[in-house]
Amino acid sequence: MNPLDSLIAALQLLFSLSPRIIEITLRSLFVSGSAALIAALWGIPLATLIAMKNFPGKFLIRTVFNSLIGIPTVALGFLLFLAFSRETGPLGFLQLLYTPTAIIIGEAILITPIVVSLVISAIEAVDPEIVNLARTLGASESQASLAVLKEALSGILLAGVASFNRAVGELGIAQFVGGFIFGQTELLTTGIWVELQIGNPGTSIVLMIILLTLVFAINLVLNLVQRRRR
Amino acid sequence: MNAPVAVLRNVSKVFPERKALDSVSLEVLQGEVLALLGPNGSGKTTLLRVLASILRPTSGDVFFGGVRVTNGNVERMRLLSSLVFQRTVMFGGSVYDNVAYGLRVRGVTRSQIGDRVARVLKLVRLEGFERRSARKLSGGEQQRVALARALSLGTGLLLLDEPTANLDPQNAAIIEDVIATVNRELKTAVVLATHNMFQARSLPHRIALISDGRVGEVGLPGEVFGRLSKALASFAVLDNTFSGVARVRDDGVTVVDIGGDVRLEAVGQRAGEVRVLISPTDVIVSKSAILSSARNVLRGRVVELREVGGLVRLRVDVGRLFVVQVTRGSFVSLGLGLGSVVFLVFKASSVQFL
Repeated sequence: MNPLDSLIAALQLLFSLSPRIIEITLRSLFVSGSAALIAALWGIPLATLIAMKNFPGKFLIRTVFNSLIGIPTVALGFLLFLAFSRETGPLGFLQLLYTPTAIIIGEAILITPIVVSLVISAIEAVDPEIVNLARTLGASESQASLAVLKEALSGILLAGVASFNRAVGELGIAQFVGGFIFGQTELLTTGIWVELQIGNPGTSIVLMIILLTLVFAINLVLNLVQRRRR
Repeated sequence: MNAPVAVLRNVSKVFPERKALDSVSLEVLQGEVLALLGPNGSGKTTLLRVLASILRPTSGDVFFGGVRVTNGNVERMRLLSSLVFQRTVMFGGSVYDNVAYGLRVRGVTRSQIGDRVARVLKLVRLEGFERRSARKLSGGEQQRVALARALSLGTGLLLLDEPTANLDPQNAAIIEDVIATVNRELKTAVVLATHNMFQARSLPHRIALISDGRVGEVGLPGEVFGRLSKALASFAVLDNTFSGVARVRDDGVTVVDIGGDVRLEAVGQRAGEVRVLISPTDVIVSKSAILSSARNVLRGRVVELREVGGLVRLRVDVGRLFVVQVTRGSFVSLGLGLGSVVFLVFKASSVQFL
C-alpha cells in the first residue's frame, strides 16, 4: 500500500470511529491516567518532604531522581518483565504479566522521578517566606505546607501533564509487561507498532493521530488553566 | 499601660553563622506602641519573629498572657499575634484571598470573613480592591494589604517589621496613620521595628534600643532621645544624619550649617553644636526649584542609584550627601539618571534635632 492510500484508509477509519479504536484510546487514557495519579499520590508528598526539609543527603536524593527521569523505558520494561515473569520472577506470584495493571505499575514507576523532580523545583521556586507568612497568620504546619503547595500549583500541574505525556507515549514498558492482547492490553503506542507489523498501516496512522491529538489537547488545557490563574 | 501582653526572658537566638539575639529580656505592655530602634542587622527582625512564634529561641523563654510558649503549644500561640514582614509577601490570588487567609484557617464563617475583609480594606484605604490580583498592586498598596491582612485577625499584638522602609511618603503616611488609629481605638499593642528615628519619635509610647542582638535602653521617646545616649549615638551613622552648628537668625528662624556650604532651616530655637536628621521619606525630589512653602530647597547632583523594591534610592550631592527615595514611576517620569541635577525640597519641621 502506498503512503497516500494508507492515509486515506486511516482517515476513513478515524471518522468511522470503530469501537476497537475507541476502546484502545480509552484504555490508553485509563492506564496512563492511573499511572499519573499513582505517581502523583506518592510523588507529591515525597517531593514536598524533600523540598521543605533540610537533611543530610538531600542533594544526593535530588540527583538520583533527576537522573532517573531519563531512564530508558526499554531497560525499565525489561527489568519489570523479569520481575513479573510468572515462573521465575520474584513478583511472578502476583500473576500480573500481560495485564493493564502491570503496565500501570511500570508507568507509575517510570514517571515518579518526573513528578518528584518537577514538584521539588516548583516548591523551591515559591518564595520561602510564604510558609512563614502562613504561620504568622495562624496556620498549623500542615496548613502552611498546603499554602506552599497552592503557590506551586502551576508547577505541580505541569509535573502531572509531563508525567502523563511520558506515560501515554512510552512503548517499552507497555510492550514488555503488557504485550498486545486483543481486547485486553492494546494501547495506542503498542497498537501503532503492532498494526504496522501485521500490515495495517492505516490503523497505525489513526492511532498515531489520536495519540498526538491527546498530547496536544492536554497541553492546551494546561496552558489555558495557567493563563486563567495568572 | 498595664499588664504585659508578651514577655521575653533571657532570649537568645543563635544561627549557625551568627548570634542574632543575646539574652534579651523585654516586656510588651497592653495597649502600647513599642519601637525597636536599631541599625540593620541588629536583631530586630529576629526579635519580632521570636515574638510571632515562627522562630523558636535557642535559649530563654517567651510568655503570652503569662503562658510560656513551648513546642507543644507554639501553633496555638501563633494565633495571638500577627506579623507584617519588611519585604511584602503576597499569596498568589486576589486581595480578598490574601486578607481572608488568616480568618479561613481560624474557621471564621464565610459571611463574617466578607464583613471583616471589607472593614480592614476600608481602614487601609483600599476599598473595593477585593477582586484585584494582589501581586499586581504597587509596592505601597501591597504593604497596605499586608497590614490589612494582619489587622483582620484582631490579635492583641501587632508586630511590624520596618513597615514603611521601602515606601513613598504617601503610602508610609497611610500606614503610620492606620497603626496609630488601631492602637488608639482597639488598644492593640504594637511592636514596631524601625531604623527610622523620625518614626521612632512620633509613633511609639516607648522605645527599646537594640544593637548587636542586645536590647539596651528602654524608655519614653523623650528620655531616650533626650539623653543622646552612647547607644543612640552609635546609630547615628544613619542616612541624612549631620553634625552642624545652629544659630537663631534675627527673624527667629533657626539655621543649621552642616558644612559643604549647606545651611538648613529648622524649627525650634537651638544654638551651638547640634546633630540633625532629615528622614529620606520627607524629602521631595524635583527637577526644578519648585515654589513651595517648604523652607529648604537644595540643588545637587545624583551620584548613586539603587533600586529597592518599587523604589529608587538616590544619593544626591548637595555639598553634603543626602539619601532620598522616589518611586520607580516618578524616577522614570522625572527622567533621572546618574549625574542629573535635582532639587531636594523639605520643610523646616522635617529637620529633626537629635
